[in-house]
Amino acid sequence: MSLNKNKDVFDCLIIGGGVIGCSIARYLSRFNINAILLEKHSDVCEEVSSANSAIVHSGYDPKPGTLKAKFNVLGNKMMEQVCKDLDVPYIKNGSLTIGFNGDDKKTILELIERAKINGVKARFIEKDELHNMEPNLNEECLCALYAEDSAIVSPFELTIAFMENAMDNGVKLSLDSEVINIERDIDNGLYHVYTNKDEFIAKSLVNATGLYSDKILSLIEKPSYKINPRKGEYILLDHFNANFVKHTLFMCPTKVGKGVLVSPTTSYNYIIGPSNELTDIEDTSTDFETLNEIKEVASKLIKNIPYGEVIRTFAGTRPNPDTDDFIIEESKENPLFFNVGGIMSPGLASSPAIGEYVSNLIKEKLNLSENLDYNPIRRKVFKLTSLGKDKYNELIKKDPTYGHIICRCEKVSEGEIIDSIHRNCGARTIKGVKKRLRAGFGKCQGCFCQEEVLKILARELNVDINQIRYKDEGSEILKYPSKGE
Amino acid sequence: MNRAVDLVIIGGGSAGLSAAKSAYENGLKDILIIERSSELGGILNQCIHNGFGLHKFKEELTGPEYAYKYISFIKENNIPYLLDTLVYSISPKNKEITYSNSEEGYTTLKYKALIFAAGCNERTQGQIMTPGERPNGVFTAGLAQRYLNIDGYLVGKNVYILGSGDIGLIMARRMKLEGANVIGVSEIMPYSNGLNRNIVQCLNDFNIPLRLHNTVTKIHGKNQLEGITISDVDDDLNPIKGSEEFIKCDTLLLSIGLYPFNAMLKNSGAKVNLETKGAYVDQNLETSLDSIFSCGNVLHVHDLVDYVSLESEIAGKNAAKLVLEGRKIYDKVILTSHNENMSYLLPNEIKVYDSVENILFSFRVKKPISKAEILFKDENGNIIEKFNKVDLLPSEMVQLNVSDLPLNDINSLKVEVRAL
Repeated sequence: MSLNKNKDVFDCLIIGGGVIGCSIARYLSRFNINAILLEKHSDVCEEVSSANSAIVHSGYDPKPGTLKAKFNVLGNKMMEQVCKDLDVPYIKNGSLTIGFNGDDKKTILELIERAKINGVKARFIEKDELHNMEPNLNEECLCALYAEDSAIVSPFELTIAFMENAMDNGVKLSLDSEVINIERDIDNGLYHVYTNKDEFIAKSLVNATGLYSDKILSLIEKPSYKINPRKGEYILLDHFNANFVKHTLFMCPTKVGKGVLVSPTTSYNYIIGPSNELTDIEDTSTDFETLNEIKEVASKLIKNIPYGEVIRTFAGTRPNPDTDDFIIEESKENPLFFNVGGIMSPGLASSPAIGEYVSNLIKEKLNLSENLDYNPIRRKVFKLTSLGKDKYNELIKKDPTYGHIICRCEKVSEGEIIDSIHRNCGARTIKGVKKRLRAGFGKCQGCFCQEEVLKILARELNVDINQIRYKDEGSEILKYPSKGE
Repeated sequence: MNRAVDLVIIGGGSAGLSAAKSAYENGLKDILIIERSSELGGILNQCIHNGFGLHKFKEELTGPEYAYKYISFIKENNIPYLLDTLVYSISPKNKEITYSNSEEGYTTLKYKALIFAAGCNERTQGQIMTPGERPNGVFTAGLAQRYLNIDGYLVGKNVYILGSGDIGLIMARRMKLEGANVIGVSEIMPYSNGLNRNIVQCLNDFNIPLRLHNTVTKIHGKNQLEGITISDVDDDLNPIKGSEEFIKCDTLLLSIGLYPFNAMLKNSGAKVNLETKGAYVDQNLETSLDSIFSCGNVLHVHDLVDYVSLESEIAGKNAAKLVLEGRKIYDKVILTSHNENMSYLLPNEIKVYDSVENILFSFRVKKPISKAEILFKDENGNIIEKFNKVDLLPSEMVQLNVSDLPLNDINSLKVEVRAL
């Protein structure tokens, strides 16, 4: 097979378009750098980053002194401003870690001590105050740790916004690019990265491949850690009532496990889960028994969860490292090869801090100068649901497609869909539109709007409708013309 | 922009069109139909099979032909309608709705009466929590029908169908005729959920097997559907271990039920009938909200469009009367209830006026009953009306037009279905 040889020598090549890779790309774009990110799927945010609890943890939980503690606390502090700059849904809703008995109370008091060491605000809450804060809690909830800096964020929009902003500032993106080999030229130290169709040359590499980070590392050296993927299954409810649960509810960890959480999402849906099971790397399936277990455990927090409002169940896989901590380091054998691995919870919360830290490391090593044109602000996403009537009408006058609603469950207009396609790191697939705008995310799960979204994608991308995919190559929706065609 | 009309109808499908025609024929001329999609007719447009209109028009029509009977009436009489227009909210207090489209933008409209005819949704994989992966290739039967009949594409060639709802059965035949391999249909209940004629004409005639008490217990394939696992279920509908069977397929169509798309009315404060998930209505199909009527599949899911039309005519007529004649005083309200053999009963209440016309009762049975009597009882258990019916099925809604009930003499009404 002959490869497209890229003439460019990139200063930095990032492998992996999850929240970590995209955050590193964004913070790298603060410097004068020729950088590219490779993603094997047809969109960024397709694996670990797309299926998790969507929580910006406050940082009371990780063991003091670990990288998890350091980056979680830093990332939590950065997140609000990042989401403002990137126009990403973010709500600082606070978390309650709930205890049910005397033992739990002891654990909670210990966790409050740990919070102090980590520099995180945490407060003990007695039963009355707890039930005032969350009236739908099960009567058996006795006390809680309240972490006011805990927040929720849209993980899709955060990841996509990181990449879009990186591209706005000059970073390149290559999708459908699965890395199959890496070589380092001993003469000049340059890395040659081979995908299924291209060869790229770069001075430095970032391995941000999540579940696959030990495998990618093994292409060039013997990995010092191993990823043992763990699966978490979730149940997602519709946005049936904005006051059902306001805080993120965790269960006090016990010897048996961490329990499950019940939390609103930034779209006022409710997420319940996760389970925690060792799994195959490719397995993101749900199963009856686990979903029923989740329901049973969650009933300890809230008795009457309206499961008639379920719109989807899903599972995400986490890159659980055998080191028990994040791995953020330059390879000792291969200079300028940076491993950012084992980033599971609290990875989402940590993502801006990790991006900043790793990009600073690269800046020093490559002696990069500041990018004076760097703009940290992403162009606003017009969300009809958050515009007032007058602003909405001004927008429709300028562009009538914003008046035409395509997704009736989530109130997404044609104008928003067109915009999401033509932005940097734009939507290419049905799932891409769904992740950016929530079209198809609602109760009908796209039964009504999928066909219309498909036609808009085909028109805007200037391809035939049978080319439009649900997600990766092979998932074309309109497979065979009918006899009449 | 602000506008006002006498009657606004939300939904331009069979219910909305039938209601509009009826309101117009009853003398109300200032009507506006608001339709979300780019054509009037609703789901009928993609139902290119025949079998529509046997009750209403005594002839066999296709879906588009049935819709055209109404659309041509609307157009001939210049009844205004808006297309590509979505209603955002209903404010019963101010008698206003808000909607948006490309021409008028975000608009407030005042109404004197409103008919909510927004139709229903298909239940999805997520709602029934079918375990497994989430690849492309799992479609509701209605979406696959749209792709085939409107856009001219098959979504796959090796098809399995979950649920014996009518759309699934119709699509089994349709895809078979298009050359697809339709492997089979699983129905979790011990009986079919589709019309008998569809079982015969869409499955039996094409040798497509129907497995009862069986369901899909796993979806395989990460990017594109690669297969499913099906399992038998026990009497509590839980999968039986050891009965699993893997079936290779690229398409899974879901025909697992419909539910009223009633969220907007519910959010506006309308009382909900917990059994139908549609609105709580009186015999005129007026909801608990002043001057707001509901009809068609957003009120309760019908199996025949003819019945949608008949019901919607009642809503249209009564909305017209309310606007033209004003509200009449009623003497009392009789609440209705039903027995354990029925899954619901409409109307939920009867307002007793000087002169009460025929009342249309609709209900479904929970289990098949071959010979049944239907009893209307007063609060003391006295039988005030009685009907005999044969072959009652959960999949077939029963409508009874009842006249001359002694409403002045009773304070509540219970309808009972008993097996004979």
